Amino acid sequence: MSMVSKIFTSLLLLLLASYSYAKSDYQSLGKPAEALSQQAQWNLSISPDGKALPKGKGMAVQGKQIFALKCAICHGPEGIGASADPLMGEVGSLTSDYPEKTVNSYWPYATTLFDYIRRSMPINAPFSLTPDEVYALSAYILSQDAIIAEDFELNEETLPRVTMPNRDGFISFYPE
Amino acid sequence: MNKPPTQSRRQFLQKAALGGALAGTVSLPVLANADKLEFPDDLPEWMRAPGGEFGNYGQPSKHEQQVIRWISANPAAPGNGVSWTPLHDLQGTITPNGLHYERHHNGVPQIDPEQHILLIDGLVDKPISFDVKSLMRYPMVSRTCFIECGGNSNSGWRSNPIQSQAGYAHGLVSNAEWTGIPLKLLLKEAGIQTAAKWVIAEGADAAALNISIPLEKLLDDALLALYQNGERLRPENGYPMRLVLPGWEGILNVKWLRQLRLTDEPIMSRDETSQYTELMPDGSARQFTFINEAKSLITSPSLGMMLPDNPGIYQISGLAWSGRGKITRVEISADGGDSWVDAELQGPVLDKAFTRFSLPWHWQGEYAILQSRATDETGYVQPSREALIENRGKHGFFHYNAIVSWEITEEGDINHVYGF
Repeated sequence: MSMVSKIFTSLLLLLLASYSYAKSDYQSLGKPAEALSQQAQWNLSISPDGKALPKGKGMAVQGKQIFALKCAICHGPEGIGASADPLMGEVGSLTSDYPEKTVNSYWPYATTLFDYIRRSMPINAPFSLTPDEVYALSAYILSQDAIIAEDFELNEETLPRVTMPNRDGFISFYPE
Repeated sequence: MNKPPTQSRRQFLQKAALGGALAGTVSLPVLANADKLEFPDDLPEWMRAPGGEFGNYGQPSKHEQQVIRWISANPAAPGNGVSWTPLHDLQGTITPNGLHYERHHNGVPQIDPEQHILLIDGLVDKPISFDVKSLMRYPMVSRTCFIECGGNSNSGWRSNPIQSQAGYAHGLVSNAEWTGIPLKLLLKEAGIQTAAKWVIAEGADAAALNISIPLEKLLDDALLALYQNGERLRPENGYPMRLVLPGWEGILNVKWLRQLRLTDEPIMSRDETSQYTELMPDGSARQFTFINEAKSLITSPSLGMMLPDNPGIYQISGLAWSGRGKITRVEISADGGDSWVDAELQGPVLDKAFTRFSLPWHWQGEYAILQSRATDETGYVQPSREALIENRGKHGFFHYNAIVSWEITEEGDINHVYGF
């Protein structure tokens, strides 16, 4: 090969090389995760239809005991007034001069209560409660403002059917 | 509050050249022992001995130790709270990583990147997961933008103006260059089904924070960020990976991201119902108010500083930002909003990012109220506090973006006041 054609070949290779680098391209590296997606630890979010709720049951009387043991230290014995957000009371206060956004006065869905307690409470030991305990705590909180009766059993069927006092209080700003 | 009479309001603000006011202040060192030592004793000690050693990771000067995030957390649950960026001590537009604001719901997780995965599932053709090493091989882009907590500046709703320094009242906002993977690449790899409208993002912290985000935003300009100002994310900012949604409130920029589940409806989690919604006077609540509207803040002079020279020339300087696009104008008033002058915007002015503004001010010792007012490219003008409260009442808590007023007394002291 002559010097000229050597140079020509090198230039051609260089051009080809830079072309293959310049292309916008990448390799798909996601791993199939069908099985993973079914596992309980990847199904924590519970929508208002309650479809992802775990099986279990609980009532206010059990919830009251768990609350005193694991929640009152931050939320106060009556669920209002300590270092954490107020949970109970103040239903109907939203239009007053001193509105209080408690679970019972403000939250639109009871399923949110289960979702939130299970994933993050008690704050010093998240994921330490059993489904029955979470149902019982939810029942206790809701019963304090007579959203459900004292002897009402909350479970994966009944919880999504609970209607919160402020169910229709929210106006969506998306899309604008 | 009555405004003391002033001589000429129009003269408060002048785009004047600095002129000769600063000349003639430098004096030369006195030469002693010139016959023995070539250099005199009054050379500073740091020029007479070798300096410190190299450092594996640099730290600020020991003389700047007061420049810190201000922490406000729940004593009963110290991982639940915020820390504020000291905007009043910073210049330029980039927030250093150690000073980026924080909002944690249950502490900063120390995540082992070898054990962390991101799962994309729900209304997709095939659920897929990624480990960190795989993600590092994807094409990345960099994007400078602010992130602002929906609760930033919420002390403004109170009846009395809080006497905190600028950053410690308004510094739940920071601005960084984020580098990562356009989210749409990963979502498309999973195969987006037509019924999908929302994405439930979940973090791997001890709050397992979950929140609904419109799919449209994730397909637009959202990043799966891996780097912050050139280095890997700090633990308190989501290491090993977080969402960055330019212009959308902080809570949606989920840190320590572990899952994106595509759905047809929002999940109605605690942080999109109980929190980050704005209660209106009629008892209704605004929900899914994602965008941080235009806002500005004078960072200097501001509360905690004082004006030493009377008369004197002071460089008014501050930050403006909008979640809807670029800042097009910042006006300054020194008379509580009776008259306004355009400040200079420092370029490049970036979309949904901090914009630094400045204006030289000739102070003659008069009582003054300094304010800044931002306008963005949609024509939206930052409201007065009066107008904001007229529209939203006083119990909205989130999305407070009203004009901030600094009172300058005749002695040169600075207080926070509500507008006039």
